[in-house]
Amino acid sequence: MIDYIYLTILFPLAGFLINGLFGSKIKNEKIIGIIGSSAVGLSFLFTILSFIQLLNLPIDERTRVVELFTWLNVAGLNIKFAYLVDQLSIVMSLIVTGVGFLIHVYSIGYMHGDKGFWRFFAYLNLFIFAMMNLILGDNFLVLFLGWEGVGLCSYLLIGFYYDRKFEKGTVPEAAKKAFIVNRIGDFGFLLGMFLIYQTFDSLNFLEVFSKAEYFPISETTFSFIALFLFIGATGKSAQIPLYVWLPDAMAGPTPVSALIHAATMVTAGVYMVARASIIFASAPAIMTLVAVIGLLTAFFAATIGLVQTDIKKVLAYSTVSQLGYMFLAAGVGAFGAAIFHVMTHAFFKALLFLGAGSVIHAMHEQQDIRNYGNLKKYMPVTYLTFIIAAFAIAGVPGLSGFFSKDEILWYSYSKGNLTFWIIGALTAVITAFYMFRLVSLTFFGKERFGKDVHPHESPKVMTIPLIVLAFLSIVGGYVGIPEIFSGEGGNALKNWFKPIFAPAEAKLRTFGSHSHFEELLLMGISVAAALSAIYFAYVVYTRKKEIADKTASSVKGLYNTLLNKYYVDEIYESSVIKPILIISEKVLWKVTDNKLIDGIVNGSAKLIYYISIIIRKMQTGVAQFYALIMMIGISVALFWLILTL
Amino acid sequence: MQVPIEYYLILSAFMFSVGVAGVLIRRNAIIILMSIELMLNSANLALITFSSFMGNSIGQIFAFFVMTVAAAEAAIGLAIVIAIFRNKLTVNIDQINLFKW
Repeated sequence: MIDYIYLTILFPLAGFLINGLFGSKIKNEKIIGIIGSSAVGLSFLFTILSFIQLLNLPIDERTRVVELFTWLNVAGLNIKFAYLVDQLSIVMSLIVTGVGFLIHVYSIGYMHGDKGFWRFFAYLNLFIFAMMNLILGDNFLVLFLGWEGVGLCSYLLIGFYYDRKFEKGTVPEAAKKAFIVNRIGDFGFLLGMFLIYQTFDSLNFLEVFSKAEYFPISETTFSFIALFLFIGATGKSAQIPLYVWLPDAMAGPTPVSALIHAATMVTAGVYMVARASIIFASAPAIMTLVAVIGLLTAFFAATIGLVQTDIKKVLAYSTVSQLGYMFLAAGVGAFGAAIFHVMTHAFFKALLFLGAGSVIHAMHEQQDIRNYGNLKKYMPVTYLTFIIAAFAIAGVPGLSGFFSKDEILWYSYSKGNLTFWIIGALTAVITAFYMFRLVSLTFFGKERFGKDVHPHESPKVMTIPLIVLAFLSIVGGYVGIPEIFSGEGGNALKNWFKPIFAPAEAKLRTFGSHSHFEELLLMGISVAAALSAIYFAYVVYTRKKEIADKTASSVKGLYNTLLNKYYVDEIYESSVIKPILIISEKVLWKVTDNKLIDGIVNGSAKLIYYISIIIRKMQTGVAQFYALIMMIGISVALFWLILTL
Repeated sequence: MQVPIEYYLILSAFMFSVGVAGVLIRRNAIIILMSIELMLNSANLALITFSSFMGNSIGQIFAFFVMTVAAAEAAIGLAIVIAIFRNKLTVNIDQINLFKW
């Protein structure tokens, strides 16, 4: 099956073409939905088959390259369009196609009755196509192709409701913001690619990474490559300083937020860092930067999430925060833990978003959690699945989020330092708190919506994906049980990824050993803190709402700062956007374009005009004058000919 | 006895010069056409001379071609002159300066 891995990419492309070209003619939502979902479903099936085949291969044969054709062959730059199937890419493919398939099915119910139904499914399939290219590409250029493709799909889907208002602006503005901020990151990624080509003379993963492992290349070069690649990752994966687009990306339909802006696309940066782990591991300074940026993003996004009132905004900041965790893991060298968290996060965050979508659906597009309350009475399935996801993200022992988050926290201490762990654990507590603030305000307490709103449970086509994801959110963590519980070498996922990350881990500094007691102690502290945060949030927001109000009014300055997201958008507005607009208008338009470029164009025309005024006198209009000139010319030519003979 | 080749060529050159002078100097369009004929005929004379002196008939055949073309050219030229005369009521080349800026 591995040799046919390209089918997993072609099915979504076919779905995109069918729905994109004929969707407006088909009109029948069921057919469009089935085409869109089955394209991804088939893709998922082939991925599973490939995965099973990979499982049965001996460990050292688990890296397979499937070549399709030569893409570029210019002056020594030979780029093949090829896919790399190995332990890392197959896990990512399983996540993308599996979660993608569930979200496609869910969308059939969620998008029911929308005038752009076919457009929505065409875009979703195109997204899966691009994402699979990103994951499976065997060189940086194919990865970049997918990288840009998912950016495009993200833009198209954020702007899906292109005629609606969004917060202070419009939906297309939010889409453009996402696109432009991503461009900044992509520019960094491109520079990184150029530098890789210059240094290693190739863009092929296997070639570059084996050269990076054995060739004597200076740390400075590695640092620059890693820095540029990381800038690309901050754009795509919404890290400081380029995270500002992700909260605005919530302007898109909710399944899009679940698929693209929670489960898959935003983890592309983590995937890329994990893929290039050997390059990052060779640049310790940049590794520290990755960890610090991840940690700061995790912490600050979580604090913003504390006070947001839009259900999707809370989840968006939660996503930014969780992505920060993944980069923290990657930054301390625990690439396997980062990918593990990508996986569990895909399950529970997709579930949270889909649950939120179900709530929004029931509440007639109402997204403000202050207008919810006691929804557990009306929507039992959504309530149950949502609360499972919330327990998972909060790190309640036994659920998937616990295993991955705990592994990250442990590595941030054992491979990083105590500060990393303290801030990381604090973030985990804040995460638990804001998630249960959200749960309490939505599902518990008094009903705060009007009499004319009649919430109802969503149809089966929406609740079944929720149930499947809830199941995955519970059991998803058991592939990576920490070694203190499962014994030495008992972490299945860690063993699976070992061949991929071994070179990078060998290059990193080795640390002193830590006792099991330390691990258990830290785990106990963070779990206890998270559980009490859950309980506290539940009590405050269901029964004693006045505590929250009082706290908010007593630290009004801090509260407003958080509510306004640390004014980062405003700072960017005045420090970057305004100056660019002013310079563009006052200098680039009024001076450079109007005076300089127009001046050169008009000036050359004027120059020719003035020269013509002089030389047009030669056109006397008297034919004989022309004949005379001709005769003189011929005579001169003749004389010259004769004299040279 | 044979007339030397120079005589023919000098005659031809003289005829050609007269033609050129006519084209450049005269104002009457019909006379200019006649001067052009003169130039063509001088060329014919040179062709036939060389042909005869080199014992090669190609030049003579060429002369026939030139005559044919000259006839056609004269016909068209005269037609244009007549057309211009109908418009301008003159064939004076000085007054027909349509090419002027």
